[in-house]
Amino acid sequence: MSTATNSSAAGAPGNTARKAPAGERVADWADGRLGIYSLAKSNMRKIFPDHWSFMLGEICLYSFIIIILTGVYLTLFFHPSMNEVVYHGSYVPMQGVQMSEAFASTLDISFDVRGGLLIRQIHHWAALIFVAAMLVHMMRVFFTGAFRKPREVNWVFGFLLLVLGMFTGFTGYSLPDDLLSGTGVRFMEGAILSVPVVGTYLSFFLFGGEFPGGDFVARFYSIHILLLPGIMMGLLVAHLILVFYHKHTQFAGPGKTNNNVVGMPLLPVYMAKAGGFFFLVFGVIAAIAALASINPIWALGPYRPDHVSTGAQPDWYMGFSEGLIRAMPGWEINLWGHTLVLGVFIPLVIFPLVLATIAVYPFIEAWVTKDNSEHHILDRPRNVPTRTAFGVAWLTWYVILLIAGGNDMFAQYFHLSINSITWFARIGFFVGPVIAFVITKRICLGLQRRDHDKVLHGRETGIIKRLPHGEFVEVHEPLPQGKLHTLTSHTQYAPIEVGPTVDENGVERKVKAGEKLRAKLSKGFYGENTHIPKPTAEEYKEIQSGHGHH
Amino acid sequence: MSSQDIPEEKHLPSEQGDAHHGGVAVADDPFADPGLPVHKPRIQDIDERAAKRSERTVAMLFTLSMLATIGFIVSYVTLPVDKIVFIFPIGKVSALNFALGLTLGTALFCIGAGAVHWARTLMSDVEVADDRHEIAAPAEVKAKVLQDFADGANESGIARRPLIRNTLIGAMAMVPLAGVMLLRDLGPLPEVKLRKTVWAKGKLLINDNTNEPLRPEDVLVGSLTFARPEGLEEEQHDFQTQIAKAALMIVRIKPEDIKDKQELEWSHEGIVAYSKICTHVGCPISLYEQQTHHVLCPCHQSTFDLSDGARVIFGPAGHALPQLRIGVNDEGFLEAHGDFEEPVGPAFWERG
Repeated sequence: MSTATNSSAAGAPGNTARKAPAGERVADWADGRLGIYSLAKSNMRKIFPDHWSFMLGEICLYSFIIIILTGVYLTLFFHPSMNEVVYHGSYVPMQGVQMSEAFASTLDISFDVRGGLLIRQIHHWAALIFVAAMLVHMMRVFFTGAFRKPREVNWVFGFLLLVLGMFTGFTGYSLPDDLLSGTGVRFMEGAILSVPVVGTYLSFFLFGGEFPGGDFVARFYSIHILLLPGIMMGLLVAHLILVFYHKHTQFAGPGKTNNNVVGMPLLPVYMAKAGGFFFLVFGVIAAIAALASINPIWALGPYRPDHVSTGAQPDWYMGFSEGLIRAMPGWEINLWGHTLVLGVFIPLVIFPLVLATIAVYPFIEAWVTKDNSEHHILDRPRNVPTRTAFGVAWLTWYVILLIAGGNDMFAQYFHLSINSITWFARIGFFVGPVIAFVITKRICLGLQRRDHDKVLHGRETGIIKRLPHGEFVEVHEPLPQGKLHTLTSHTQYAPIEVGPTVDENGVERKVKAGEKLRAKLSKGFYGENTHIPKPTAEEYKEIQSGHGHH
Repeated sequence: MSSQDIPEEKHLPSEQGDAHHGGVAVADDPFADPGLPVHKPRIQDIDERAAKRSERTVAMLFTLSMLATIGFIVSYVTLPVDKIVFIFPIGKVSALNFALGLTLGTALFCIGAGAVHWARTLMSDVEVADDRHEIAAPAEVKAKVLQDFADGANESGIARRPLIRNTLIGAMAMVPLAGVMLLRDLGPLPEVKLRKTVWAKGKLLINDNTNEPLRPEDVLVGSLTFARPEGLEEEQHDFQTQIAKAALMIVRIKPEDIKDKQELEWSHEGIVAYSKICTHVGCPISLYEQQTHHVLCPCHQSTFDLSDGARVIFGPAGHALPQLRIGVNDEGFLEAHGDFEEPVGPAFWERG
């Protein structure tokens, strides 16, 4: 308003003073108070590179938003109380059954609130997809080396989001106080009890006394809807700010360097693509919720500590902790009137360690490589065989634990002995990752060899040609220069050497143990048999000149 | 891999109309970055009719979304909440959930599909490059910040006045203790609560299904019976907490098949009563194999041999199930001879 008034007052007669359009006037108002023009200058046409795998993080973001939206709706109807009531709602099989208010209100949401079941199912499906998308997104970041400097901190933020997401999911599916979730909470209580010295106290403080008591639903509720999502919201905003600040990574290719970012602008292309993708994700999850039932709490009924169903499984992201506890032998040490419940406590300790391995990996790799430069060009997994093999070894570990966590299901569906599956998991826990590591590394080297040949000898065209003297040959087509550049632009590190330990005067130099370890690891990462040397320009020219290959 | 390269072939795709590659590049660095590829126009960029077609597709998707929202509202208003319909191949489902979910899904998906199609076919797809700048600050900025910090710290006098610094550290370290203290009333202290159940001498064993006191003749060989102590009713406010410890399973084994001496002593005519709560992490045990007298916890597959003191024969449990000493009272009902002699359920530090 003021802008328009000022400009008309200042305008000389005859000079047609322009009255700014309404949108501009609103923007002016906001700019005068928030400085939005400066913010928009650097961000409105921000360039984002295009690759299908860059959408995985978007799925995480969108499913998180969907969870918040549907979760707020559910709080309007859910009663986080363990007061016992007798059910009189419209689900006939449960009428007259004694249950907690939490369970009764979940039945009401499912059977009496129109659309309540849909929102509940969208909420739960979105939670499963959220955690799955985070894991796959992290795999993308891991295998392409996107976690390297300057993005290590953002990797840790993402890791924390994964862990918090898992616990938010656990506290969430425990809220309805149904038979399955109560069994999961009991498992958690048993695990807490196994903690030496303080376990019993922790359990009594968490549950307000003995299990199950009358408090945990209300307490989990505040953790589930306020504490954890609050922290996650903060981390998420920080994560996104850093994505904007660092600018997105990109794969190697013609015109793409470590000092630029090639792609299309946020406005309009990514506004439409990313904004549209939100609706695609939401639409698909809504359709899944319409077609596939999830967590039908009415099927098993309310929780009673002395009742259980067979085939009790946690949501998938807790499956590996279930596997740890199922595979572990039941060791117990009784000494001096105390019990050390190793059979439960060791899995409880390994659980965070399994996760922490991926959290600290960027720092380990940076320490080993001594690489302090910024990396904005992504690695192809095959070009970093040791990292790729490590990642696959971790995933193998994870999958073996998932199998162990579902050993009863596998035994049932595949008609196997549950004992042999458990033993498979016990041995596989140690052996599986090693085998996966070796195989993955070999596959990577094989792929590197293929790239090497493709660069030097060109692409196999499938065209068979008969030479004048009768010989048949397959025609190889040289790669275009862009492709040659893409396949040869990666860096191949040389392993770090400790260096001579004796100087020219024969004086011995002290080498720190850390240095020696670093040199050893570096040799493992980049030493012999860890890469196929890239083709050189000389090799290429020699072969292309037509004399190099006979 | 064959090395039969015939680079001089003129009819190869790369040689046709593209003299840029091949000889020229080989002359200097064949692997050099050729720069951003030339933009290839889409059909919509050159043919207005194709662009119009895309425009209509996008508009059609947005219109479909509007119709789906109307469908959502109509479903919400017209379909009764308890209507069940058969949908092939899913089976019987709630009609309302099915209709609301699919209409909402369609309404959302079509907005997304329209926006993405718009972006892909009609918005500019020319790739542009933007410069990156090093994240770390230049040296002079760093020097300025360090100087500012030194000035600020100096002006505060924190280094010159250690008394202030130390007392501040002390105060800051202590004040969270108030918050920790406040957590004390989250729950009572464990004391001996985990060691005791409501079982006591003379308490009858109530069949959990029939709610009737059990007689020895009710317990048949090969059946698994669940029981709770007399006087523990669902309406009691602490029922859940008490049943979590007191739940009992009862089987009858031929006395000559019982291998454990104490087990035989604590049984009545081969009827043995064990805690139903698994000693691993507390799931109720519910699977019984009649021939072997093994019971299996369905949660983590700990397996116990009820004919041999309920010792663990497989799985992650660390110790045997506690046995309850039982007998028969004057009226011929099964009764407890006391509480469990060891804590039931998962092991804990103070268990010993």
